[in-house]
Amino acid sequence: MGNVLLQYATVLMLSIFIGIEIVAKVPSILHTPLMSGSNAIHGVILVGSMIVLGNANTNLEEVLGFLAVLLATLNVVGGFVVTDRMLEMFKPKKKVEKKEEAAQ
Amino acid sequence: MSRDTLINLIYLFSATTFLLALKGLGSPKRARRGNVIAAIGMTVAIGATFFKYVDGHPLRHVGLIVLAMVIGVIVAVPTARLVQMTAMPQLVAIFNGVGGGAAALVSITEFMHIHSSNPATYITLEVLLGVLIGTVSFSGSAIAYAKLQELMTGRPVTYPGQQIFNGLMGIAALGFIVTMLVTGSMVLLWALLAVSFVLGIAFVLPIGGADVPVLISLLNSFTGLAVAASGFTLGSNLLIVAGTLVGASGILLTRLMSKAMGRSLANVLFSAFGSATTAGGAAAGEERPVRSASPEDVAVLLGLATKVVIIPGYGLAVAQAQHILRELAEVLESKGIEVDYAIHPVAGRMPGHMNVLLAEANVPYEQLKEMDEANIELQTADVAIVVGANDTVNPAAKDDPGSPIYGMPIINADLAENVLFLKRSMRPGFAGIENELLYNPKTTLVFGDAKDTLTKMVAAVKQN
Repeated sequence: MGNVLLQYATVLMLSIFIGIEIVAKVPSILHTPLMSGSNAIHGVILVGSMIVLGNANTNLEEVLGFLAVLLATLNVVGGFVVTDRMLEMFKPKKKVEKKEEAAQ
Repeated sequence: MSRDTLINLIYLFSATTFLLALKGLGSPKRARRGNVIAAIGMTVAIGATFFKYVDGHPLRHVGLIVLAMVIGVIVAVPTARLVQMTAMPQLVAIFNGVGGGAAALVSITEFMHIHSSNPATYITLEVLLGVLIGTVSFSGSAIAYAKLQELMTGRPVTYPGQQIFNGLMGIAALGFIVTMLVTGSMVLLWALLAVSFVLGIAFVLPIGGADVPVLISLLNSFTGLAVAASGFTLGSNLLIVAGTLVGASGILLTRLMSKAMGRSLANVLFSAFGSATTAGGAAAGEERPVRSASPEDVAVLLGLATKVVIIPGYGLAVAQAQHILRELAEVLESKGIEVDYAIHPVAGRMPGHMNVLLAEANVPYEQLKEMDEANIELQTADVAIVVGANDTVNPAAKDDPGSPIYGMPIINADLAENVLFLKRSMRPGFAGIENELLYNPKTTLVFGDAKDTLTKMVAAVKQN
């Protein structure tokens, strides 16, 4: 238990507060995209998966690491694509709004 | 600058993009850009990791890493692109679940790697928490997926002694963790894995289908925490920051979602025990008279109205009837009738889901009224059209303290002069609760497939 752990704990504390602060005022319409977007962000476990597979010594470690990279890739790629598709839906209506404003 | 410093700087950049992305996702204008920014940050972080040195050597098995990634991309992209918008919630559930699984695997693999060197107790604790939370998220998401995909019943699954069983599983998991901290035994790690897996399933089974979105948000937050735990084990600030951001914001988001349903989180997670079974059975058995009419009949009623409020629900999306509904609204408007849509916060299967579905059908944004505003509009409306909604207009939420949805704010369809209830059959809604509104004297039922019924109504209104 040294300074390193203390440094990680500091990062943890700050991230908790920032995380809470950031979503405090999100309109309910965006709850679903926000959930989906943060789903993609925790796909960063792919970086960790790459490290454990890249450091694997035994066959078992290789198999588990391989699975981890595969699952994490699904998480990252699927997460971002789904979120983008959801948010795409929010775009056309803005065009409609603008057109109507222009018409009036 | 050393290689390590450079890579860590890149990771710092990526962590910043994640923050900006979450911030952006909170506003309709910047949401899409936010998502793209996070995707860029993620790509950069993954690219940089290929050049990382671990334990003094470059990454091994690069071929395997690339192979796993290629398979992942080949599976994920078409799945995410081609799935119906209505199936979006279960897709989020499954992508979240695999993330939790990955986090658990990372923790396990890293522990096997460092096991022989007798790691410090706190490292073992981080590993065990990562395994527990990640696995619960994995198996829990799988059940959530099955419920939403209707591979199993959407109703709460309960059995005698369920609470005791779940409690025992929780205690067993904690017991394994404590024992492992003392002994460092590898065998118990597998036992913990098994118990966590069962715990995830047992935890989700009693939660009703209508509450599953809140649950997915909670599991999403869990995966974030599991990633943060893996970050501690691997000594990665990037994983700690990203995982904690998602974990913390996810828990708040979960609370916001349950608040939108007028309930506490504890109520959502644990209320299924007992109450649902009694309330559901009471009125379901008896046959009661209802009034029904043909699409052509109700078109006459619509033609006489000056103000119509449409209350859409998930059934609308299932019937793929958003576009024809918009057409009906346009036909009515061309006759000088005022049309609004009343959107319940949890209409669809996730908060905001209905807005997305209607936006896809090009319904003008300003016609979408949120619940409070809609309830005011309804007081002066001549006709309320309920399409594919059920639980969100069920008066039992106001009147019947025994109902599982008691306390949930609803759209007061019965405030309008007339209520048209488009329905496939008398079957109760997603939550499996009888709806008194069907028997209200103001209510006229129009039986049939929503798309079919609406098409006939459009034709009939045009003729009038």
